Amino acid sequence: MNPEATVLLGILFSSLITGSVIFFLREESHRLRTWLNLLGAGMKLILVLALLWGVRHGETYEWSLSMGPGMEFALGADANAVMFVTLSTVLWFFTTLYAVGYLETSPHRSRFFGFFSLCVSATTGLALSANLLTFLAFYELLTISTFPLVVHRGTSKSLQAGRIYLAYTFSGGAILLLGVAWLQSLAGPVRFTQGGAIAHVIAEHPTQLKVLFFIFLAGLGVKCAIVPLHGWLPRAMVAPAPVSALLHAVAVVKAGAFGIVRLVYDVYGVETARELGVLAPLSWIAAFTIIYGSVCALFQDELKKRLAYSTVSQVSYIVLGAAIFGPLATIGGIVHLVHQGIMKITLFFGAGNYAERLGIHRVSEMNGAGRKMPWTTAAFTVAALGMIGLPPLAGSISKTYLKQGAVDAGEPWVVAVLHVSSLLNAAYFFPILYRAWFRPAPPRFDEHHRETLETHWMLLVPPMFTASFVILAGCLADTSFSPLAWSHIITAREYAP
Amino acid sequence: MSQNSLMAWTIVIPLLAATGAFTFPRVARRLGLATMFLLVVLAGLLAITLPASGIGLQPVGGWEAPLGIRLRADGLAVLLLLAVAGVGFLVSLHAHDYFGPAPADKDGERESFFWPLWLLLAGALNALFLSADIFNLYVTLELTGLAAVALVALTGGHTAMTAALRYLFVSLAGSLLYLMGVALLYGGYATMDLSLLATRVTAEPAAGLAFALMSVGLLMKSALFPMHFWLPTAHAGAPAPVSALLSALVVKGGFYILLRLWFEVFDNLQTPPAAQGIGILGAAAIFWGSFHALTQNRLKLLVAYSTVAQLGYLFLVFPLATDPASSETARLGGMVYLGSHAAAKAAMFLAAGNILRTVGHDRIRELAGIQQIVPVSMFALGLAGLSLVGLPPTTGFVGKWLLLGAGFEQGQWWWIAVILAGSFLSAGYMIRLVMLAFTRTPQPKVTGTVSRKMEWSAFALAVLSFGMGFVATVPARLLEVSAWTGGAL
Repeated sequence: MNPEATVLLGILFSSLITGSVIFFLREESHRLRTWLNLLGAGMKLILVLALLWGVRHGETYEWSLSMGPGMEFALGADANAVMFVTLSTVLWFFTTLYAVGYLETSPHRSRFFGFFSLCVSATTGLALSANLLTFLAFYELLTISTFPLVVHRGTSKSLQAGRIYLAYTFSGGAILLLGVAWLQSLAGPVRFTQGGAIAHVIAEHPTQLKVLFFIFLAGLGVKCAIVPLHGWLPRAMVAPAPVSALLHAVAVVKAGAFGIVRLVYDVYGVETARELGVLAPLSWIAAFTIIYGSVCALFQDELKKRLAYSTVSQVSYIVLGAAIFGPLATIGGIVHLVHQGIMKITLFFGAGNYAERLGIHRVSEMNGAGRKMPWTTAAFTVAALGMIGLPPLAGSISKTYLKQGAVDAGEPWVVAVLHVSSLLNAAYFFPILYRAWFRPAPPRFDEHHRETLETHWMLLVPPMFTASFVILAGCLADTSFSPLAWSHIITAREYAP
Repeated sequence: MSQNSLMAWTIVIPLLAATGAFTFPRVARRLGLATMFLLVVLAGLLAITLPASGIGLQPVGGWEAPLGIRLRADGLAVLLLLAVAGVGFLVSLHAHDYFGPAPADKDGERESFFWPLWLLLAGALNALFLSADIFNLYVTLELTGLAAVALVALTGGHTAMTAALRYLFVSLAGSLLYLMGVALLYGGYATMDLSLLATRVTAEPAAGLAFALMSVGLLMKSALFPMHFWLPTAHAGAPAPVSALLSALVVKGGFYILLRLWFEVFDNLQTPPAAQGIGILGAAAIFWGSFHALTQNRLKLLVAYSTVAQLGYLFLVFPLATDPASSETARLGGMVYLGSHAAAKAAMFLAAGNILRTVGHDRIRELAGIQQIVPVSMFALGLAGLSLVGLPPTTGFVGKWLLLGAGFEQGQWWWIAVILAGSFLSAGYMIRLVMLAFTRTPQPKVTGTVSRKMEWSAFALAVLSFGMGFVATVPARLLEVSAWTGGAL
């Protein structure tokens, strides 16, 4: 096997193997489990950096295995794949650290961390999938590996959330399977190709392809939490905080959004999609989801639920970017894949710390949290301001590009939608920040917190890092190694003549 | 070893071992395991040599057709030999500990018949798959049925006896119908050899009647809806290794002969409406079986009803393979599905048996928290379930994918709908089981123990059912050397 293929498989197996071993560890082997977790996360990180370096220097990474007639299991690392795999690997590293700090005292840890590792294996596999069939396989694996994390607590409430989660995602998976099989019957096996892979059959089956686009959208939209397929996401909030971080920023929701990016750019091709007239409805759906999610977030008192609805809204920025024809909107959408990830994970780390340390679960209980946990709250604040789109933080970059792209495409209504969304973002984040920093703390907080650090270092370091990413991604957007620069590369290839 | 002698040994060795196990019960367990291991090697060798040597034909005793009987190994037959050997070996590992060593009491004495019966069954199945004429198929089918009935009766007691008797009657009635068809064919064409019949059979009433009789008889044997009524009690009531063998292997015997008849002997007689009819029964089986699986309160019954449903998928091959353009895809899909179901169902029955043995019952409602006692078995149950539901990249998915592909190619969208709907239903009953592992509850009371071998054999089967799809090119290559795809005879 050539070294390039080894890197790809290494990225996949670094967490798969450690995860499989972790399943069989005894509950008490705390140290070994932690080491295995960090070993897998670290190895994956190193391999992904090697991959980044290689792709930058023009290496191509491919590996495939024939499973039967018309069935190829194929991995590859194009620019899109590299971006998503880097995002999920970096964030997984911090989430692992956080999860160890958060959960190493609760029951069923081996099971939890086993599925935790499987989950990230599925995500990286999904990122590296080179064709639709492989994508589908990892899409379903992701469902299977996240379900045990959602129901981890085993209470009747979390079991119920798990059932709903499965009902939604399994239906989505079945619809996606239908779409993939149907498309294959029309166009043969579909390999992700920048600029589109099905141009050769467009003249022959325009209607079927139009219908298929929406079938795909329904299948992917479940994970991406597009309204009205979003119902599972707020309910899944019963899961432990690291799982929420994983669902919202690293794996599940991102997988759906990434799938839609793949669908528009690398399956249909953005030009073909425009010719078929499917982009306009997609933009309406995305715009509606953005507004709807934000409005719902306003009315949530439960902190994690408010964040969940915020995710519903924010992830559709990515979809919106894909739905507007033109390079600037594309850049805005793709870069938001990264930006939303680092911002939202910071927010969930923060929410987890509040719950763990101060027992805060609701916005109305946030009074004075900033004084008790200044570092956490600082990180939370940075991420929230980023979400609102305050320059020079990461979120403002995405929004600027999206707005400019909409103007270029002659769709000024999108700019209005984005402005309204920013206002709503501010409306549901500022009350939290205000309470945390400016309201006095209730006396019960004084019982906690005597140590030098406001909480365990493993719970503090991850949000500090991800919050600094939010600042850096915005401030250093013009440098050649920022997510924005990478989005430029991807977009240049998508719109290549 | 030549291909011909390999074929003969796969039949002779288990039959000899059956006699040995009957005569010397003390060594039966070791003998059984060793035999099954040998069968794995033999079937593997046959599979490896097949693409190079082509279809193997051996006249038994040197008599050529139409006088003598012949053994024949093509891709389809070798695939099924592999299934018998592979699944059989792992189930034997389980049975080795399940049935325990020496017969201590009366129950033990009865259970000591497991090994001779199972080895007889293995020999009969192998002979069935290697038979090249319809009468030989009848004999082996009957042998398989009798051995299977005896295995069902192994536990003794009223329920087991009732189930075994019912099974016996269905089995005999099915064989009888089949035999009538054989007689008609022999009367009409003066041969019983499959390949000779294929060239001679023409569209005339006698042949049509024979075809119909044989098909119905075999559908009874393979428990296709609505002839499935005997299956749940027989499969659920038997000891775990027996349930596994019956569900994974025995029902496939009838299905195998049906494939042979439809696509080889009566290839020019089968009509699209008839094929659609079988498909409709298959679809009905999927819905009926899944619905019952959803409502069962006992784990083993749930698994048994799931067999009723899963068999339905196999019969979708008939409507989907009638069109020559996609028939290869559909047949390959069917065979992959057969393999995945064999491994998955064996894994589930073994796991269910382990659960039953540790807590003394299999009432699903009271099984929450069972994963704390038999974690590996529960894991096996989940893993095999994934393949049954057909989630990618499991073997079950590869089978379903190929069937879906054939459906799309022929525009038979109604089967696509059936396949997808069936997946939903099977997901429904699997989720019921998986939820048990995550419900927070005190540990159930433990009344028995299972050995490591019993847990890990179930796990190995589950891993097979999960991962074999990655090498689906192997059956594809083997099926190229098949009597039914126009391979040279």
